[in-house]
Amino acid sequence: MDDVVDNLSRLIREAAKQRRPLCIRGGGTKDFYGGAIHGYKLNTGDYRGIVAYEPTELVITARAGTPLLEVEAALREHGQMLAFEPPHFGSGTTFGGCVAAGLSGPRRPYAGAVRDFVLGVRILDGKGDDLKFGGQVMKNVAGYDVSRLMAGALGTLGVLLEVSLKVLPLPAFESTLLLKRKVADAILLMNQWAARPLPITATAYRDGTLAVRLSGARVAVDAAMKRVGGDAAAPAEAERFWAGLRDQTDPFFTGVAPLWRLSVKSTTAPLDLSGAQLIEWGGALRWLKSGADAKTIRDAAARAGGHATLFRGGDSSQGVFHPLPPALMTLHRNLKQAFDPSGILNPGRLYPEL
Amino acid sequence: MTAVAEQVAVDLARQREVVAALGAFLPRSSILFDHEDVKPYECDGLTAYRQVPMVVALPETEEQVCRILRTCHARKVPVVARGAGTGLSGGALPLGDGVLLSLARFTRIVAIDEQARTARVQPGVRNLAISDAVAPLGLYYAPDPSSQLACSIGGNVAENSGGVHCLKYGLTGHNILKLRIATIEGEIVEIGSEALDAAGYDLLALLTGSEGLLAVILEVTVRLLAKPEYAQVVMAAFDDIEKAGQAVANVIAAGIIPSGFEMMDQAATRAVEDFARAGYRTDVAAVLLCETDGTREEVGEEIRRVQDLIEASGAVQTEVSRDEAQRLRFWAGRKAAFPAAGAISPDYYCMDGTIPRRRVGEVLRKITQLEKKYGLRCANVFHAGDGNLHPLILYDANQPGELARTEAFGAEILELCLEVGGTITGEHGVGVEKINSMCVQFRPAELETFHRIKHAFDQEGLLNPGKAVPTLARCAEFGRMHVHRGQEKFPDLPRF
Repeated sequence: MDDVVDNLSRLIREAAKQRRPLCIRGGGTKDFYGGAIHGYKLNTGDYRGIVAYEPTELVITARAGTPLLEVEAALREHGQMLAFEPPHFGSGTTFGGCVAAGLSGPRRPYAGAVRDFVLGVRILDGKGDDLKFGGQVMKNVAGYDVSRLMAGALGTLGVLLEVSLKVLPLPAFESTLLLKRKVADAILLMNQWAARPLPITATAYRDGTLAVRLSGARVAVDAAMKRVGGDAAAPAEAERFWAGLRDQTDPFFTGVAPLWRLSVKSTTAPLDLSGAQLIEWGGALRWLKSGADAKTIRDAAARAGGHATLFRGGDSSQGVFHPLPPALMTLHRNLKQAFDPSGILNPGRLYPEL
Repeated sequence: MTAVAEQVAVDLARQREVVAALGAFLPRSSILFDHEDVKPYECDGLTAYRQVPMVVALPETEEQVCRILRTCHARKVPVVARGAGTGLSGGALPLGDGVLLSLARFTRIVAIDEQARTARVQPGVRNLAISDAVAPLGLYYAPDPSSQLACSIGGNVAENSGGVHCLKYGLTGHNILKLRIATIEGEIVEIGSEALDAAGYDLLALLTGSEGLLAVILEVTVRLLAKPEYAQVVMAAFDDIEKAGQAVANVIAAGIIPSGFEMMDQAATRAVEDFARAGYRTDVAAVLLCETDGTREEVGEEIRRVQDLIEASGAVQTEVSRDEAQRLRFWAGRKAAFPAAGAISPDYYCMDGTIPRRRVGEVLRKITQLEKKYGLRCANVFHAGDGNLHPLILYDANQPGELARTEAFGAEILELCLEVGGTITGEHGVGVEKINSMCVQFRPAELETFHRIKHAFDQEGLLNPGKAVPTLARCAEFGRMHVHRGQEKFPDLPRF
């Protein structure tokens, strides 16, 4: 495997010398996400395999090219999971791609996001230097937290080689309840539940139905079901439903209308925007299928304390990600310069300036 | 650490100049420079290091903070931000030619949003004051460093502070949503958002734990959690440290994430028992505390499983807390570990390494050997759930040479932590204390990356310079004195 790293490092050094952009690619299942892709393909898919997994330490270290399915299968064998429920936009999704994209699934508001589980990384920076940050332990404050900075940076600060993630036990029991509610009531209810000690691990609302997943010890789930109310969904159906939201195979995500992801304060009232909406994350995530113009959507997200991403499709001429205020963009540019002085790693994938 | 540096004498002409510049917009009561006024600021919780600052500034508004920063930036005066000064690694140690920027007057809880479960607070608000303020709402702020009564939230963010509940509830970085920061140029920037994520790079992660080297924190939005309905704790005694370590692994392998999981060795339990009468056995090798929280039903089931697993791991005795009073008594001992060490020894030096949990038996055995080598006693308390080890080295600073021996002992413990795959600091930060150990943990290219990150925020290197990240020259110097296992640490570096 050292030869794979040597080769990647050499390609980066050469590209840096010629200032030739590189497009970092694992499984290629998220090619649709972010700014336009250009440049010479730097394939990380060959750098694969689980490096270390000690279930009692709650840590797994794997190479970036390892298929996410392989990582999850190894964890399941020991009754563990990636608690942020990363999406799979195809069977080829890699471990590195999952961290670089920084996307989390239905459990996110209750368990944490990818970045919350990142413990350490090994990267190649824009000069081809092989660097390690963080480690394999839960608590580590030596040096700046470069590891978490990599989550969601879309490869623009470094090529991920290895990542160590904290893992958690699979819940002993799960049950999903369905409640008929109006949208405003559903938002209120999700926020009220979150303020009470209930074992909720996912919430979603669409077309009059609020779905709530409870996870944990059987007795705890049973007791919580009484408090939450509603009707229990069939287990297989519930599993399909949450996987459909996570991987966007649910019928909501089909169709040609541009898909927007609005990350907002959880108590935000129903957004007054044209198009179909699906609410997740206890109210903090609003999916919107809409042809409305980017400015209208972004203004609404900003008023709600958050930001809007043109997640899939549509006209990306107004940018994929929410524009940053100038002072914040300056810090971003300076950081990009710190990690990738030649500007060759996935240029434009996050912002045109980076 | 090595020998404590000599205090730098204050340049009085420079002091007059800076005081005059600050006096143009700050009231007299916000500027301290007379020796007796600035003396109380000469150290933080790491009292072995002291330096009187040239000037102390005590602003009351964000605008004043920004103007102080702009003034210092224009005059190239270094700035050290300070919260409550409880830090244990010297992160708030002043500079003799610098301004100590105290955020002590920023003590307002600006807003509590009950429905969204967030609180917006100024940096000088005490950690525990947040939980106290939201307790009537059934909410709390989860990270609970042992100094939570006194430490401030701004300092918690700067150090990414932990506590005893990290395994389940995370560190500071997992429990904040948004920061208002001031850059060294005196510009205010908002990082993070009121949503669960923000556009662009995760600067919230980068700033958390950056030890005041990147920006000054003006406001923090924290997440609040629902107070668990119920909690119970198992206390267990072991005649063998290894068995106690195995018990920790067995509980976690069974799919249980305890809300608190603590271990103390015999030296620690003896000190604590004399001090706090928590009811620990003092004739055993280790005492383990394992707490679970959640709904009453959940806890009732889980605590029985925990007790069974711990007994099956070879505990000589286990006891489950019958009621809240007993639960608090079990914890009182652990929480008194530091003052208890202070009661049995004139001084103690608290280390903060993290190790993979499974290596705890081996690490504690080696620490016992090091006690003999250095002729000093060491009591060990261990956040067993997350692998964070706090060896408390007992010494007497009045005995010539004992502090130096203590520091050498501590540095060797940190190297031991690194050898088994851990880190030199789990939650106290690097500060000035562990700056040499950073040379052991990181390679030059990684340290250079840290310096470039610093440069991205603070080109002139004016914010808390000399802390957290060593210069390569310093590492080369340290490496020359410190030949590790016959190998030079930086053979490729020029020697200065």
